[in-house]
Amino acid sequence: MRAIPLLLAALLVLSTPVLAVQPNEVLKDQVLEQRARQISSGLRCLVCQNQSIDDSDAPLAKDLRVLVRERLTAGDSDKGVIDFVVARYGDFVLLRPPMNARTIALWAAPFLIVLFGSAFLWRRRNRAAAAAVTLTAEEQRRLDDLLRDERG
Amino acid sequence: MFVEIGHFALALALGVAVVQTVVPLWGVARNDPALASVGPAAAIASFLLVALSFGCLVMSYATSDFSVENVAANSHSTQPLIYKLTATWGNHEGSMLLWVLILVLFGALVALSRRSLPPKLRAGTLAAQGSVSVAFLAFTLLTSNPFRRLVPAPGEGQDLNPILQDLGLAIHPPLLYVGYVGFSITYAFAVAALIEGKIDAVWARAVRPWTLLAWTFLTLGIAMGSYWAYYELGWGGWWFWDPVENASLMPWLAGTALIHSTVVMEKRDALKVWTILLAILTFSLSLLGTFIVRSGVLTSVHSFASDPQRGLFILGILIAFIGGSLALFAWRAPLLKQGGLFAPVSRESALVVNNLFLATACATVFIGTLYPLVLEMVTGDKISVGPPFFNATFVPLLVPLLLLLPIGQTLAWKRGDLLGAAQRAQVAFGVGVVTSLVIFAFVRGGPVLAPLGIGLGVFLVVGAFWEVGERVVGRASGASAMLSRAKGLPRSAWGTALGHAGVGISVIGIAAVAWGTESIGMLKVGESLTSGRYTATLEAVTPRTGPNYREDAARFRIVADGRELKPVEAMKRIYTARAMPTTEAGIRTVGLGQAYISLGEPDASGAIAVKLHDKPLILLIWIGALVMAAGGALSLTDRRFRLAAPRRTAAPAAMPQAAE
Repeated sequence: MRAIPLLLAALLVLSTPVLAVQPNEVLKDQVLEQRARQISSGLRCLVCQNQSIDDSDAPLAKDLRVLVRERLTAGDSDKGVIDFVVARYGDFVLLRPPMNARTIALWAAPFLIVLFGSAFLWRRRNRAAAAAVTLTAEEQRRLDDLLRDERG
Repeated sequence: MFVEIGHFALALALGVAVVQTVVPLWGVARNDPALASVGPAAAIASFLLVALSFGCLVMSYATSDFSVENVAANSHSTQPLIYKLTATWGNHEGSMLLWVLILVLFGALVALSRRSLPPKLRAGTLAAQGSVSVAFLAFTLLTSNPFRRLVPAPGEGQDLNPILQDLGLAIHPPLLYVGYVGFSITYAFAVAALIEGKIDAVWARAVRPWTLLAWTFLTLGIAMGSYWAYYELGWGGWWFWDPVENASLMPWLAGTALIHSTVVMEKRDALKVWTILLAILTFSLSLLGTFIVRSGVLTSVHSFASDPQRGLFILGILIAFIGGSLALFAWRAPLLKQGGLFAPVSRESALVVNNLFLATACATVFIGTLYPLVLEMVTGDKISVGPPFFNATFVPLLVPLLLLLPIGQTLAWKRGDLLGAAQRAQVAFGVGVVTSLVIFAFVRGGPVLAPLGIGLGVFLVVGAFWEVGERVVGRASGASAMLSRAKGLPRSAWGTALGHAGVGISVIGIAAVAWGTESIGMLKVGESLTSGRYTATLEAVTPRTGPNYREDAARFRIVADGRELKPVEAMKRIYTARAMPTTEAGIRTVGLGQAYISLGEPDASGAIAVKLHDKPLILLIWIGALVMAAGGALSLTDRRFRLAAPRRTAAPAAMPQAAE
């Protein structure tokens, strides 16, 4: 990652522009092909940075795409295909990390932040409101005086 | 010669930045106005020096001086002049120099701004900003010096990476950096306020234009980067949740929260502590982004460890500035007085909810980006966090925020009327629902979420203008009365409407992505491929020679719904210096959608792999971002930012109550 800014660096690590899925890989059965695309877009190209095998031109990605299609043609379910790939390459291959003890913090974080954030705001609000209506004895006396004068 | 001048000027700028950091604070501490006023002069001087230095590097590129290591590694004598110039920042060293240039530019702008800042605040701000300059000037000089000479000088350079030989490189990094680095000013203001222990509406009003400016440029920079990736990468995606993209999204989300919380602070003197924290966090995220991109830490922990010098240096900067400012915050923030109270249902509360959701969205991106790294360091386990994770967490967080937006926008300050606000938003909501239903009725069997997304977008656009619409139409009768009312509204009100409408426009574009189609085929000349509304026929493949590349240009006839469009060319190029292949997508814009063609490899029979996309309404994604930025720019020209800030004694309530 020597080259520069942000997306720019993204452009570089994502290798050269590509077509990814090659015409000769495409399955004749459209439903099956659609499933293959769906599965592929959730599998990581292991030698790329955060790129799915559906988007990558790397030879390894191609092998995996072909593998996915082979399993589907052999009659595997979507889950069966994914389990097969995970058994070979581990959880690293999943772009959507599975929910387990190691990733629970990752998955729970967004919802916990909203929850605790709301709770914090609510408590602070109530405290602020309570503080706002509480007058010191002196203030209360002066207020009473004023009101008495008003009624006069 | 240029090179030595540039190098010297950069070293001198470091010295001046040290002066800018130390002397004004010393002056404030000793109550010596002469010393305290050194800041502006030093800020301007360091800008001039870095500008000179940057100019020298540009000259070395323009003249292809390959005795400079940086030029030799990233340029070539046959490159077109524009790419020779943009190559200046198309590499690590040069881009750091651009980063520093923009940093000191902002310092100089603060020094020059005619707005009368309280002297202590100005001194503190320039000092804090100076300290950031010191860190990054030292980083550039010590670890990333672009002026290093090569002996013996090679006769030819190694060419700029072909993917970067594009107008995108001329536009995207400068825009993005102005955004990124612009938040250093808000950070400096926050640090100055903490040091002084005083923060009020004057502070908020002084900070707001800078925040808006940085945010506007960051919005443009991200949008430009997204469009560049879309057309240059050739696979038609517009956002990849790549760590490097996330690095720019995080400060944007925090900055968006910040421009909203400073409104509350300016109008109502509330949310002070939070705003200060947010100002610190926003720039911290910019720094973190720089670290992520510069150190290579995300490519792999190991690549970071194998060349740790730069990474460790930035990590040091990161720890010093983020840790330092947060420590300062923890120490001084309790001194800040909490201001104006507001009811649970009020514009303030709506903006607090906005901040809660934006901050959570930002934290989600943060955790998603760094979790794999931390997990690997702690347990050695490797996991991937990709687009499916972000789609599953980020989107559910944004939808409620967007649904509440048009309602929050019509709530009154201090104590609002929820029922009234909901009633005022109901027309916009109705228009959105009807839009969704109409689409459901006409498009059968398509994706379910897309019509809902479009409805949400329409709700946002109509809702965004509802408030200004009411104020313009109001009880006025006649077009001229309405026109004068429209003119009389503060520009920030129009800016708000535009900004929010831009969000809606982008949402529509994003929702419509679901209707996109693509097909792939091997085409020989004369054969065609159909996807969605478009049919592309390969007419000819012509070899050509460019200034520093050879290419095969494939020319396609495009027919859309029986109507012939102008033909499109997609190219496969070989850049000769690096022998690196690239493809250039062929794009034909039809209304707001595009036909998008990219090329793959040819086979033995002479047929070439072609991918054709039909991308309906895709341009709305970026048009929305442009509209958002236009909203930011319009708010920036609001009258109250152009006038001198009121004196500190003025009560906030005495200020003109322009609605945001």
